Amino acid sequence: MTRFLLPLALFILLAAVLAVGIRHSPEKGVIASPLLGKPAPPFTLPSLTDPAHAVRSADLKGHWYLFNVWGTWCGECRQEHETLLQVRRAAVLPIIGLDWKDDDAQAVAWLTQLGNPYQSVGTDHSGRVAIDWGVYGAPETFLVSPQGVVVYKHVGALTPDTWTREILPRVSGLPAGKT
Amino acid sequence: MLPELGHFALILALLLAGLQAFFGIAGPAWSQERWMRAVSAAVAGQAVMVATAVLCLVTSFVGNDFSVAYVAENSNSALPLFYRVAALWGAHEGSLLLWILLLAGWTVAVALASARLPPRFAARVLGVLGVVSFGFLLFTLATSNPFLRLDPPAPDGRDLNPILQDPGLAVHPPILYTGYVGFAVAFAFACAAMLEGRLDQNWARWTRPWTTTAWSFLTCGIALGSFWAYYELGWGGFWFWDPVENASFMPWLVGTALVHSLAVTDKRGLFKSWTLLLAILAFSLSLLGTFLVRSGVLVSVHSFAADPTRGIFILAFLIIMIGGALALYAWRAPLLRSAAGFELGARESFLLFNNVLLVIAAGTVFAGTLAPLISDALKLGTLSVGPPYFNPTFMLSMLPLLALVSVGIHANWKRGRLKDSERTLLYTLVAAAVLGCGLVFGLYAHGSLLSAVGATLGLWILLSSLVDPIDRWRRGLTLSRGVLGMTVAHLGLALAVIALTAVQSFTIERDVALAPGGTATAGDYEFRFEGVRPVEGPNYDGVGGTLIVTRHGRPVAVMTPQKRHYWVQHQVTSETAIRMHRGNNLLLALGEDLGAGRWSVRIQIRPLVSLVWIAAFIMALGGALAASDRRYRTARAVAVAPEVATGAQPG
Repeated sequence: MTRFLLPLALFILLAAVLAVGIRHSPEKGVIASPLLGKPAPPFTLPSLTDPAHAVRSADLKGHWYLFNVWGTWCGECRQEHETLLQVRRAAVLPIIGLDWKDDDAQAVAWLTQLGNPYQSVGTDHSGRVAIDWGVYGAPETFLVSPQGVVVYKHVGALTPDTWTREILPRVSGLPAGKT
Repeated sequence: MLPELGHFALILALLLAGLQAFFGIAGPAWSQERWMRAVSAAVAGQAVMVATAVLCLVTSFVGNDFSVAYVAENSNSALPLFYRVAALWGAHEGSLLLWILLLAGWTVAVALASARLPPRFAARVLGVLGVVSFGFLLFTLATSNPFLRLDPPAPDGRDLNPILQDPGLAVHPPILYTGYVGFAVAFAFACAAMLEGRLDQNWARWTRPWTTTAWSFLTCGIALGSFWAYYELGWGGFWFWDPVENASFMPWLVGTALVHSLAVTDKRGLFKSWTLLLAILAFSLSLLGTFLVRSGVLVSVHSFAADPTRGIFILAFLIIMIGGALALYAWRAPLLRSAAGFELGARESFLLFNNVLLVIAAGTVFAGTLAPLISDALKLGTLSVGPPYFNPTFMLSMLPLLALVSVGIHANWKRGRLKDSERTLLYTLVAAAVLGCGLVFGLYAHGSLLSAVGATLGLWILLSSLVDPIDRWRRGLTLSRGVLGMTVAHLGLALAVIALTAVQSFTIERDVALAPGGTATAGDYEFRFEGVRPVEGPNYDGVGGTLIVTRHGRPVAVMTPQKRHYWVQHQVTSETAIRMHRGNNLLLALGEDLGAGRWSVRIQIRPLVSLVWIAAFIMALGGALAASDRRYRTARAVAVAPEVATGAQPG
């Protein structure tokens, strides 16, 4: 009888390991990016809200910032918008938006209607900058250190949980703007 | 409207699957004739509903309905029609739907063929299939509904992952899944036999053609996947021990064991509980493979909780299906005693070795695949297991297995006298060794001992699997499809071993930087780089390099590897150029732009690599031949045990 129970016993053991695996695994979005630990790709883009100025990666050196890829055509971006607004209110670091392959008028209307969480938004009509950043689909969010190094990448809608559990601990490791 | 119709059809299919499961299992248990008759109606209804749902989703894809989230995420208006249809199974939700469709197809096939089975048994088989289908439908509807709408609709879709935009996508997943799902039939037969508490040689005869057919599909599916990875992904290899590959390979190994163990149960009435266990295992590994890979747990431990409800649902489903079947096994298998015995050296003993070695091989692959998960769960840190683990451990069980194939082919059932075939074995072994060593050390000067062993074993299987058919043919005896199929499959195995040995031992790989007009040499071949030109396709642009290949100054081919950039997803893929020449497979991949017109180019020359896939298809052909043997189709006077027999079971 025992030898017939053995397969069941082994399977229960495996199921237990899988169950532990589910509980221990961190949240969604830890899709490794080749950019992690590497300098963020430089960019110079026309600003969405202020056509007279450009959004430049060079101007962002020395500060922590979030680089958020979005577009009005992206359903999940609407979901994460509330989280972005909360991040803005927390005032820990600025969010730089990349309006990816989008219509400017619609994007401005979106920000007027839903609120603007971004310090500045660069428009990327050709998708060139998104390619440099290895963006697979919107939304994607990158955390960039004062040294200009990509520290963390999140794929999909940003949640308050990701913000407090994944992003904030990485930022407070180094006081913002003190380097 | 259509997506809602599809969603509704899926819900109806779920209800019908529930009825099919209930009537199929409860009907025979409480001897309700009317319930048992209702099972086939539920099967037919479920199949119609599933087909309706699939048609609705296909229509949304073809009509570019980007208000459906799944369509918006996996298709694009610039995508050719062919890929818009194939995009159906381009991601998780649609793959599940494809799984369900194929399961419905297999179930209908079983129902149509069930006239030859005792009614109680047939009802139970269909009932178990209903449970499987119910689980998948519930999972789809609860966590992975492909019909969810987007509000507002996306103006255009995100496009199908460019890696999947290849004719391979259209055929690979459905064929692979047909194999996976086919093992559900063997699983259902096993569960039904355990519910009956009775398993005889008829059972094995009913189960065999289904199992062998599923195995053939799985073999084809794996070969296509490997070919596709080589040809389309330009990874420069055909097997990477990647979790996704392992997930299909483990059921294949156990399925191979099952096919052989069923032969013993069919011919000799032995290995009953072992066969049952293998049937459960093969399907369990299919389930584990489909679920874990699709949900990403094996690719990256972290994405398991991508959707916590999904992860927990998967686990619950696995526990109910596999745990339930194994509990049933622990309860009922002890009842199934095999009466007869056999001697060491009889064919049974070799098939037992075959089974044990195949299961060990599957076990080592399993351990390697799940090691990262286990080490993470136990907080031992991230662990990555690659070819340095898989290659030697896999070979450790495969080499003895290959050596035993030839002996096993010549062994007799029941009696352990190998004397009769002693001389045949010796002659074929000597011939194979001479030929193998001659080829390895003669043709290629740098052969290793392992290469010689591989070549010898392959040739030995080749020669010895031909001995018996040739002998029969000379004596004017006919070969049954079953024997023919076995021979063909073993020939395929022999060719695969030879091809793998050649590829592993004699591949040349070089990475070179070439300026226009520059040349590189690899093996006997010379490659002259002519520079790159822009190329444009329907939904991508990129560059194509031109290389002129010569061998000893004679022109061989002009090859044009490409680097494509897909517009919508901004993904860059490498389109390799592949050419066959005198059994050598030349592969060129364009690497990086090094500036000033210089490009890095990867050159690979693999001898006999195409034979690996051809051999796999030959194996699958063997399976198809064996499954079509007349003895499975002829309506035999089935010894249906009186219904009372089942009433007397314990419990």
